[in-house]
Amino acid sequence: MVAELGHFALILALAVALVQGTLPLVGASRGDLRLMSLGRTAALTQAFLVLLSFGALTQAYVTSDFSVLNVVANSHSAKPLLYKISGVWGNHEGSMLLWALILALFGAAVAIFGNNLPDTLRSRVLAIQALIGVGFLAFLLFTSNPFERVFPAPPDGNGLNPLLQDPGLAFHPPLLYLGYVGFSVTYAFAVAALLEGRVDAAWARWVRPWALAAWCFLTLGIALGSWWAYYILGWGGFWFWDPVENASLMPWLAGTALLHSAIVVEKRDALKSWTVLLALLAFSLSLLGTFLVRSGVLTSVHAFAQDPARGMFILAFLLLVTGGGLALYAWRAPQLQGGGLFQPVSREGALILNNLLLCTLAATVLLGTLYPLFLDLLTGNKVSVGPPFFNATFVPLCAPLFAALCVGPFLGWKRAELGPALMRLRIALVVSLAAIVVAMTMIDSRSTLAALAFGFGVWLIVGSLASLSDRVRSGTLRTIPRSTLGMVISHASLGVVVLGSVATSSWNTELMQTMKPGDRVDFAGYSVLLERMDEVRGPNYIAERATLNVSVGGKPYTVLQPERRLFTVQRRQIAETAIQTNLLRDFYATLGEGDPRQGWVIRLYLNPLAPWIWLGAALCALGGFVSLSDRRLRIGAPSRKPVLQAAE
Amino acid sequence: MIGSRRLFFMFLSPLGERSGEGVRRPLTQPLPLAGERSLKGWLCVFLLLFTLPALAVEPSEILPDPALESRAREIGRSLRCVVCQNQSIDDSSAEVARDMRRAVRERLTAGDSDRDVFAFMVARYGDYVLLKPPFKAGTLVLWLGAPLVLLVAGAALLVAARRRRAQPIVPPKPLDEEERRRLDALLKG
Repeated sequence: MVAELGHFALILALAVALVQGTLPLVGASRGDLRLMSLGRTAALTQAFLVLLSFGALTQAYVTSDFSVLNVVANSHSAKPLLYKISGVWGNHEGSMLLWALILALFGAAVAIFGNNLPDTLRSRVLAIQALIGVGFLAFLLFTSNPFERVFPAPPDGNGLNPLLQDPGLAFHPPLLYLGYVGFSVTYAFAVAALLEGRVDAAWARWVRPWALAAWCFLTLGIALGSWWAYYILGWGGFWFWDPVENASLMPWLAGTALLHSAIVVEKRDALKSWTVLLALLAFSLSLLGTFLVRSGVLTSVHAFAQDPARGMFILAFLLLVTGGGLALYAWRAPQLQGGGLFQPVSREGALILNNLLLCTLAATVLLGTLYPLFLDLLTGNKVSVGPPFFNATFVPLCAPLFAALCVGPFLGWKRAELGPALMRLRIALVVSLAAIVVAMTMIDSRSTLAALAFGFGVWLIVGSLASLSDRVRSGTLRTIPRSTLGMVISHASLGVVVLGSVATSSWNTELMQTMKPGDRVDFAGYSVLLERMDEVRGPNYIAERATLNVSVGGKPYTVLQPERRLFTVQRRQIAETAIQTNLLRDFYATLGEGDPRQGWVIRLYLNPLAPWIWLGAALCALGGFVSLSDRRLRIGAPSRKPVLQAAE
Repeated sequence: MIGSRRLFFMFLSPLGERSGEGVRRPLTQPLPLAGERSLKGWLCVFLLLFTLPALAVEPSEILPDPALESRAREIGRSLRCVVCQNQSIDDSSAEVARDMRRAVRERLTAGDSDRDVFAFMVARYGDYVLLKPPFKAGTLVLWLGAPLVLLVAGAALLVAARRRRAQPIVPPKPLDEEERRRLDALLKG
């Protein structure tokens, strides 16, 4: 009964979205206030209906209603409650419903918080948002109905993929989707602006908080996914250039570029059409990511949907959204006149360089991800594009980006000099050069590149903080605008991420050893004793657990208990790593195959600065949230007038 | 995604029969404390029934010479496990990957250079085995696409900047009658 209610609510939501996607558009072009105000009500109704539908599916999962096919296929009565709930989006249908839900919630948020928007713009934004919703709701109802029943109902379900039964991965999809779908709002704003033929500082200020929020969530989602890969896949890596990871990285890069170019529109009334294009691209890349992951074109853990009909639907939708947006852009963008003039060396120039490099990075990832697919389709030749390719192409492009990143904030708008900016960065320059020398001489003399990258990390941190030095000196640190503070935090935390990833991938120590209980090995100054092997039982798995006593100089230091879990329902085995961290390095242990006669394979890693990768990413998102809380975005309805102020 | 028939097939599939004890009963009801042995029995059954994935490189494969081993790792990270999705032979637990790792180490021990080892692998599996595709006609777009974007966009920007500098700055259009009227109304209000 509840499942049918959910299904029915979904159908109603589609009907509401159809109304919301058409009538307000008509109203906006005719100037009919009644039709325009319909958008707001419809957006709220649609969000309520989809929420109801999502609640119905959640209810089916929590109560283990095995008359619903989706629950049978992805849940099991013995699963812990957290994974019953996360199982809702741990499958194709449910995750698409989550997508539709977040989309509808963003629509409702625009309706609620968009009171300061002009009526025509708001109704157009809501309508575009609803049209995207129509696509996803139709996709759900016609190809991926999560409420399908099964008769007779089996006594129990098949269980969730054990890889997904993990706290990190339970929250990874919602965060990632908040990011992906958040860019739908910027897309809607861009299309609405093109329809109106008007992009100005006020528009940029309205768009920026949405782009910022989406970007923050996407950052967190990517970081959580990477952290999960780090501790679950069991060989200490954190980024694998897997197509699925790339799919989330592309919108992140485009979104980062968008955040920066929107500043130029807001402050200087320039780069208008470029910013609109970026807003279109960021969401298109989000959709592309969804297509790549959902269609099963690139098979991996995530491709739980391998049905060509679905792939075709998403592909058609992707083409419609991207193609439609770009066609509208080609038609209307020439009308968007740029205003502010500036010299190449200026804040604007630096932000353009940022955009240029970020877009090239996104293009690199896009090419690397899709090239094997296209080559196969066109010529039948197979080619592999893996981490070594990206290390050779993506990483070098980061160097100019990082170098310029610290200089940009020291340049004034319109016209600036490079010399004085570099003078103010001299301490940062000296410190980072010193860091390179230290890395070369004291850590590892063989890897010049790692030392160089390490220097860049230090440069990012010190160089970003340097922009605060004037405020510290004049005692005005307290009155710093939140947006500036957020920028400094995010920029500096990028350096933290760089330090973490360089250190852990270049300077880690590794030991692989077959051990029996009672065996002892020396590892990087620690003495590790395999005390015993146990068999343990979890709620829905059984496991072998090794107990490793780690001691330093005869004193007990820590106990690590890596496990190998066997999920009985799915008959899949997952390694549960044991990690002891002191925030400066991770002591990482995994348990491999073995038996009492031959011993077990124990893998030990010492990953220096590894926690900084995710700490930095979290800080990066925090910077975004701090910036989001800026007075400018919270209070005061921005009005349609040129913003003359060019501070910050 | 899964047809209901197949679902039932999976659902009723052999686990219960083969392990003799039935699957769900002991899972939903915790085993008695004395269940140590039966747990062990369980593990044995599972270990026998399913080939468990090993974790990539294994201790028995490691070469005694650390320099050689680190070269083997470097190479292993750049070679694709030909039956896997996006995994290098070092990361993969597949049989083929194990054989390839062994082959790499054999070649290295025999005195081959890194380049020889890659050539040996390409001769057997084709370019497909390289995770960094070689620079040739078929991969021109892959390698040069992004830098080309950078160059063209950068050049276009420079040209535009130069042209803009050459142009005299046009003052904005004066307000027309309608705009003036609205401005007056706003200022008075």
